Amino acid sequence: MKKEDLPQDPGALDKFTREVCYVKNDDGKYETALSRGWEVKKQALDSAWDEVNERIEEARQAVVRGEKSPVHYFMELRLMDLPVLAGYTGFFPFFIKRHLKPSVFEGLSERKLEKYARAFDISVSELKNFKG
Amino acid sequence: MNIDSQTDAFRHVQTAHCENGVTTALLRYHGLDFMTEPLAFGMGSGLFYIQIPFLTVNNGPAISFRTMPGAIFSRTCKSLGVEVTRKKFSSTAAAESFLDKKVQEGVPVGCQVGVFHLAYFPKEYRFHFNAHNLIVYGQEDDRYLVSDPVMEDVTSLSKPELTRVRFAQGPLAPKGHIYFPNKITPITDDIIRKGIIKGIRRNVRDMLRIPGNFAGVDGIRHTSNHIRKWRDKLGLKKASLYLGQIVRMQEEIGTGGGGFRFLYGAFLEEGAAYLQDDRVATISEDFTKAGDMWRASAIKMAGVYKGRLTEQKDFEEIADMLLDIRLVEKEAFQKLSKLNLGK
Repeated sequence: MKKEDLPQDPGALDKFTREVCYVKNDDGKYETALSRGWEVKKQALDSAWDEVNERIEEARQAVVRGEKSPVHYFMELRLMDLPVLAGYTGFFPFFIKRHLKPSVFEGLSERKLEKYARAFDISVSELKNFKG
Repeated sequence: MNIDSQTDAFRHVQTAHCENGVTTALLRYHGLDFMTEPLAFGMGSGLFYIQIPFLTVNNGPAISFRTMPGAIFSRTCKSLGVEVTRKKFSSTAAAESFLDKKVQEGVPVGCQVGVFHLAYFPKEYRFHFNAHNLIVYGQEDDRYLVSDPVMEDVTSLSKPELTRVRFAQGPLAPKGHIYFPNKITPITDDIIRKGIIKGIRRNVRDMLRIPGNFAGVDGIRHTSNHIRKWRDKLGLKKASLYLGQIVRMQEEIGTGGGGFRFLYGAFLEEGAAYLQDDRVATISEDFTKAGDMWRASAIKMAGVYKGRLTEQKDFEEIADMLLDIRLVEKEAFQKLSKLNLGK
């Protein structure tokens, strides 16, 4: 990539930093240059976030319909999957899967709820009373 | 040279990739002023390609354009005969007190962190990715002074903020991982040349001779074969997201553009000067070409996830582009393999 071809499309990084890229200068030698971003990857990131937001909305509706417990919703909200949530709570994925059922969630002890609440960065009552 | 005699202040270095940056900045702090990001990347044999089978990351294919986390720092330091200290912790208190001790001694240290809770990162980039690296180089008013190599300037974190990201959970959990060069012996040009040659050889091995079909240059063909099937197998929407994931792994902050290929080209250019070997500089051009081709494929993939390209023939064209890239990279590494650079 030639230095003059380096894209400068503003994106999510804009208020944070510019990024180092390796480009060819006029003498055909490599040097570093700073880029504000590139439309092509901005759209990749945007579509990833659209997908995340859709998943969160679907999870919310599943809680409203009584098909899933609040653990399912907050797991999606915090971009977690089973291995990540297992890491933060110390529960095995097998048990977390059970806790996604509203009937099992109802019977969870205060201690277990606390672990989930801490993993999700919310209070126990927010977790317990989430209706969608 | 013993690091106890070092009094120079730490200087922030901005680089494309975090691990290269930590390696470069820490080695420079310890007096290795010749160290640059391309050199660290190349000596550490950083270039790679892998699509890890049966694994999805953020609901997409697990693809990486670089070698495994931690390898660049280890290999580069080892090549230069630099002794390294590494520690992981099971308790946060022990991790905090060890860091505080190092900060009091005035030793800058590398820390592995997760980005999901990394306070200064923009929200759009905060996924559960646990192999980010930064340097803690001091403390001021209860805040740790932080040099994050992907940023233009230094920043800071409070103690709870730093502990939280050092103990991020999930795959590649850092467990408070802290590392720094310990002992540095004088380094001659000859040692640097040997390190460059060793780095190139190991990279040739990783890209050409790794067993299996999902890693090295053959890994690119593996992904290409997958792409041909994605549209029918996953549906257009999910297939587009998968392509978006490839583009993000390839072009996002940290790669220097073109899936690290430009960075490797820069390394060969720099290496050629150390080795006084024009043949190496010529092969650098092949990696520039590969990087440009990766970027061209990204533009095509963007056509799909923007919804402009929807046909199976578009997926076929993308798959063919990847096959062409594989050939360019394969030939480039074969040329490097045949160079007879000596020991």
